[in-house]
Amino acid sequence: MVLKVMSANQAIAEAVKLANPNVIPVYPITPQTTISEYLAKFVADGEISAEYIRVESEHSAISAALGASGTGVRVFTATSSQGLALMHEIIFAAAGLRAPIVMADANRALSAPLSIWNDQQDSISERDSGWMQVYAENGQEALDSILIAYRVSEDHSVLLPSMVCIDGFILTHTVDPVDVPEKGDVDKFLPPYKPDHAYLDPKRPMSIGTFTDPNYYMEARHDMELALEGAKDVIANANAEFAEIFGRKYDFIEKYRSDDADTIIVAMGSICSTIKDVVDEHRDNGEKVGLVRVRVFRPFPTEEIYDAIKGASNVGVLDKNISFSVGGVLHNEINAKMDVKANGFIVGLGGRDIKPTHISEIIEKTKNTTKTTQWIGLNKEEL
Amino acid sequence: MVSIGAAVKEPGSTRKNKTGSWRTFKPILDKETCIKCENCIMFCPEGCINKDYDIDYDYCKGCGICAEECPVKAIKMERE
Repeated sequence: MVLKVMSANQAIAEAVKLANPNVIPVYPITPQTTISEYLAKFVADGEISAEYIRVESEHSAISAALGASGTGVRVFTATSSQGLALMHEIIFAAAGLRAPIVMADANRALSAPLSIWNDQQDSISERDSGWMQVYAENGQEALDSILIAYRVSEDHSVLLPSMVCIDGFILTHTVDPVDVPEKGDVDKFLPPYKPDHAYLDPKRPMSIGTFTDPNYYMEARHDMELALEGAKDVIANANAEFAEIFGRKYDFIEKYRSDDADTIIVAMGSICSTIKDVVDEHRDNGEKVGLVRVRVFRPFPTEEIYDAIKGASNVGVLDKNISFSVGGVLHNEINAKMDVKANGFIVGLGGRDIKPTHISEIIEKTKNTTKTTQWIGLNKEEL
Repeated sequence: MVSIGAAVKEPGSTRKNKTGSWRTFKPILDKETCIKCENCIMFCPEGCINKDYDIDYDYCKGCGICAEECPVKAIKMERE
């Protein structure tokens, strides 16, 4: 194993090179831009043989990706924030047409006010589309998640697209030691994509993307629900095989000192690294505090999260998103799907720094159960 | 059974969707008045009029273009 120091954006580009897609339609947007740049260079230098399509917008990027996937080839694209919002229409179409596209999303706040900095509102707002969503904590996990995403998306029992989400700037523009796997090992884990459900081939004519009347639509959507729920087994198998080949074990959630914890924090993405440090400090003081990091957000790992948090007296859920007048999405989904009364905290919107003191404040506030969602880190003088 | 992604793997599936049910006005062609100029056949966007000037009401949506284009007013649009 050779560790190389690189940003999560470069790690994702390295993963895409290893997955060797045939078509890469991509439009640059901060903070995703360097992914599109690395991939353009790989193609220009002949390191991968993909068709790199320089489209005129994100709507075109995902449309070209869907069209290319409809010809039966492996496809990659990447975006962020406003770009993902512009893709919205085709995001739903890609899932409905069961195109196993893999996309990286550099998580960034949505306008207005316009912001280039990190939160997770962009991808969370696409949660109902039928795409799978994974939130990575670091560059290594970003790379590995792309490979696992292709494996799961292209499984004939799943056939749904995947979004690998990395926190803008915090991961996209900071460097980490990353093990870039050997091509031979990746080929063992990820066989070539061979579609048989829907693709355009003159020898086997079919229509995809047609109008459906009320006799068919509901069954098509129900099939998507079954496929996404069924994807849980496929993800578990893929994770197990990935661990066997590459030695790194991933799960739907990561439990950090949570087994005997009285107070558990639940969060997603890069903030979990900070939370782990704060958990250690509280443990050093004899407080039974732990973290449950949700990696796979869709399909939603209800049983895994519930098993991990049900023994705790106090649960606090951090959301870098807000569904106005309801609260954080992860918090509300946990309370809706599980027999728990977790407290909800909104943090880090539009790149607002989340400090260890904020995490300690949340741990303290979690001790009193309240239905009111609490915003942490607001500038008091601005209120 | 809907196929994965609702792909349509057999040709001719649009014939299953009888769009004649959308019609509000029905074209009635008077063959006595008709001069067989073929205007209605050529202009019908759905291809619903055959060379014998019979109208296929299973798929005619009642748009009225045939009546509009008929030079001798041989087609009347009647409310269904």
